[in-house]
Amino acid sequence: MMTIETIVFYLFAALSVFAGLRVITARNPVHAALFLVLAFFSMAGIWLLLEAEFLAITLVLVYVGAVMVLFLFVVMMLDVDLVQLREGFWRWFPIGALLAAVMVGEMIWVLGNRQTAETGAEVIKHAADYSNTKELGRLIYTDYVYPFELAAVLLLVAIVAAIALTLRQRRTAKRQDVAQQVAVKRNDRVRLVSMPASARVSTQAQPDEAAASDQQKH
Amino acid sequence: MMELLQTIEQAGQGLLGPFWGPLWTLVKIVVIVAPIMGGVAYLTLAERKILGYMQDRVGPNRVGYWGLLQPIADGVKLLMKEIIIPTGANKFLFVAAPVLALVPALVAWAVVPFADGMILANVNAGLLYILAMTSLGVYGIIIAGWASNSKYAFLGAIRSAAQIVSYELAMGFALVCVLLAAQSMSLVDIVKGQQHGYGLLGWYFIPLFPMFVVYFIAGVAETNRAPFDLAEDESVIVAGFHTEYSGMGFALFFLAEYANMILISALTSVFFLGGWLNPFEGWPVLGAMTAWVPGLFWMLAKMSVFLFIFLWFRATFPRYRYDQLMRLGWKVFIPLTLVWVVVVAAWMQTPLWFW
Amino acid sequence: MSFLSTLYSAYAEIFLLVMVSVILIADLFTAGRTKTVTYLLVQVTLLGCSLITVATHRDGIDHLFHHMFVDDLMSDVLKLLSYMAISMMLVYSRSYLLARGLFSGEFLALVLFSLLGMMVMISASNFITLYLGLELLSLSLYAIVALQRDSAIATEAAMKYFILGALASGLLLYGMSMLYGATGTLDVNAVSSAIQHGVPNKALLVFGLVFVVAGLAFKLGVVPFHMWVPDVYHGAPTAMTMLIGTAPKLAAFAFVMRILVEALQPLMVHWSGMLAILAVLSMALGNISAIAQTNLKRMFAYSTIAHMGFLLVGVLSGSNEGYGSAMFYAVVYVIMSLGGFGMILLMSREGFEADKLSDFKGLNQRSPWLAFMMLLLMFSMAGVPPTVGFYAKFAVLNAAVQAGHIPLVILAVLFSLIGAFYYLRIVKLMYFDAPESHERIYMQPDSSLLISLNGLGVLILGILPGTLMSVCAVSVQQSLLLPH
Repeated sequence: MMTIETIVFYLFAALSVFAGLRVITARNPVHAALFLVLAFFSMAGIWLLLEAEFLAITLVLVYVGAVMVLFLFVVMMLDVDLVQLREGFWRWFPIGALLAAVMVGEMIWVLGNRQTAETGAEVIKHAADYSNTKELGRLIYTDYVYPFELAAVLLLVAIVAAIALTLRQRRTAKRQDVAQQVAVKRNDRVRLVSMPASARVSTQAQPDEAAASDQQKH
Repeated sequence: MMELLQTIEQAGQGLLGPFWGPLWTLVKIVVIVAPIMGGVAYLTLAERKILGYMQDRVGPNRVGYWGLLQPIADGVKLLMKEIIIPTGANKFLFVAAPVLALVPALVAWAVVPFADGMILANVNAGLLYILAMTSLGVYGIIIAGWASNSKYAFLGAIRSAAQIVSYELAMGFALVCVLLAAQSMSLVDIVKGQQHGYGLLGWYFIPLFPMFVVYFIAGVAETNRAPFDLAEDESVIVAGFHTEYSGMGFALFFLAEYANMILISALTSVFFLGGWLNPFEGWPVLGAMTAWVPGLFWMLAKMSVFLFIFLWFRATFPRYRYDQLMRLGWKVFIPLTLVWVVVVAAWMQTPLWFW
Repeated sequence: MSFLSTLYSAYAEIFLLVMVSVILIADLFTAGRTKTVTYLLVQVTLLGCSLITVATHRDGIDHLFHHMFVDDLMSDVLKLLSYMAISMMLVYSRSYLLARGLFSGEFLALVLFSLLGMMVMISASNFITLYLGLELLSLSLYAIVALQRDSAIATEAAMKYFILGALASGLLLYGMSMLYGATGTLDVNAVSSAIQHGVPNKALLVFGLVFVVAGLAFKLGVVPFHMWVPDVYHGAPTAMTMLIGTAPKLAAFAFVMRILVEALQPLMVHWSGMLAILAVLSMALGNISAIAQTNLKRMFAYSTIAHMGFLLVGVLSGSNEGYGSAMFYAVVYVIMSLGGFGMILLMSREGFEADKLSDFKGLNQRSPWLAFMMLLLMFSMAGVPPTVGFYAKFAVLNAAVQAGHIPLVILAVLFSLIGAFYYLRIVKLMYFDAPESHERIYMQPDSSLLISLNGLGVLILGILPGTLMSVCAVSVQQSLLLPH
């Protein structure tokens, strides 16, 4: 039966397949990255249909909002030489095509299998107050706490590795130390020199006159 | 008011049947978007007036009384201007970029409550939705910078990309504190969580004060406003990412920037200043005196305060240098917010948590 | 306390993680290029882990964290051996890394993180934790290989390792997701019983199995998924090669056991055939290509491929003896390659890598004791009695014969005879050729003691293999609870 949901699903599915295809066929890497963004969006849409709003929004937030921005950043900055990238494409094409054909054939064999087709389960519908976020949170902090913590360690390793690989102290580079700048006291920068009164004025000059001229000097 | 809405609702249902739902939503969207657009227009006037007074000038005063028609004149001017597409620009992306900048700024309003019950969609992951939508605005800027085929525009876009990604983290962590305190991601629940009968003493800006400050400053950075306006650094890179835009393309960027300002003001009010709540609620005399004031008024008043601060910032602070900007984001805000998440989580386990 | 006591079996992992965090921070506050404090902390951590693992050992099989973590005899034994391998690797490589400015706090922390990954893999009883452990291990190793940033060849090795590793993870995950689709569970034991009770779609199951085996083969580095092994072994700094080539093989063995034997035992008819092909190809290509190498690290890479093939012969026998002998083989292989790489590290000095075959010419004249140790190690790798390498090969082949894989055994013997040639060639170079340089070999006392222990250990274990063999056999038997 074609409900609105099914139509929307096929719309998103078609969109994501199209975007996925364009990611690999687009000539311009920036366009490819933008199509990847589109693919993420349509996948998020499909997840929304499955009432997995947390995953959908997180996908958009993390991948579209952060990862792809950095990706685009790099792709735009790099001067990707397309001609060089395409070199040897036709030489390797037959092998690649053969492998792809085998994969597709296997997929068809598996998915076209009658038994497989029947294993598709009915999606469970939830009440309106069902919160995907809450359910995920509950599972992550109970049944899946161990993998969750491991994933956190994995991220820690990624941070350590990234810093170890990129941080390089250059001795020649000049750095600004804000704390040091803020901590500067007047006496570090300015030296008040008490000067004797001007020599031309006789020593009998009034003391307040001498003070005035001293102030002017500073 | 509520009864009137219900009668309309029933009449519509009877008249249009299944088509009523989408139509009614469309009406609601227009009711939200139209005032925002009006707000944007007059925010530009307010900005020029306030900047003027702060700099000992009078600001625009030629078009209409006190310059009140100035935004309309500006709008007409921009509409009439020729749209120039630079040679070598990617035409499709060049035209799409301003739209991509504006759409997230407007879409995010869907989950913002203006008063009790005045909300388009009370999504229970509203806070995440807000974060996701505000993080999309950067695409308009990056694409504009890249598609323009201009060095200045590109530099502006690159700066903006790095800046927004950096400040988004601090913003996200600040909001984690809010959702910890409210134990909900729905914006309506967050506002209601600040209602304790003590008026403004129950609002989250007290326990989450550092986050309140970080969130608002990060919001200023996210909207590319002074002193974080490196993406359009006019003294260095002409006009940054919108150097090549003229006419309506430029106007759309302008709209997006101001709509984002209003959005950040609204969100800061909702997250930290109790949204539509009366600041004197439950107070001996003032509470009773102000009980009749509608929630919408408080919401708008709070937003106005933040909008004023936006303009005040612009008049006061010199622009950040790029490394200073990065330092503030990564070395000050992110550690601070990370620590505060832990502090709040621990604090909430003690009997000293009153919110 | 009741909460803490529920984590009883995972104390070692928790201790390790806490200590890595401490080390990461402590390293920032310890000055000095030699990193002595950090290094000692790491060794203390390894010692502490061993003590905890021994102290928290309980008979039987313990499941933790909602059946995601398993603690059995096999995991305890493999963990203890991993600590030992890591500790030895650090002793061997310290002066080598110091001379090249690579002995940083981050390196040590990453080594411990990789160890944590291995422990997670060894103790995993769920596809998710298996995968996460594998990624933790791999990610740390990619970074460790890339640490020598100024070397183009090391960077290239890291890139190859990373890209092919990511591809392998993809294959593995794809396979796992299919198994999940077919059985509806990710739990190792539940998958096994689901398959035994009959799955509606056998095709999906086999299809998933193919991908899992391919992913495993990539990670193990067996033919035809071996392309990365020689380049990575050759390109990485020798100490990093030693790390890649030793302890992770124990974790890889555990990985194979958990996924193929514990989860997919009912599909043995399918996977033993696949493994047989992989094993024969690996032994053939590994041993034959190794002959052509002039670089010792590259030669060891091909010899690793061959050894992994041998290990698979043990696994595919499908009997307790087979698994036990495969475990024994893995342990012995780790000990031998620790010695082999340790030798290269000992002979290297600042600005000089002793990784060419010609560097070993006439070693007997320069240092008879070192030459003798190398002789023992090479004999063991070649499988010459009375060294332990012989016994390991013998045990594996014995199990395969009992399982009825006679042609496979004949091929394996044939290829190890070919393999003996290039190991014995080194012996010939050391004893019968004139040295190219007469420079003295400077050795740290700790590493020279260790190489002696290592070399003699290979001999002593060869003469008295009974204890280690029975430990392996018993731990496999107790841990897998197979119906035999």
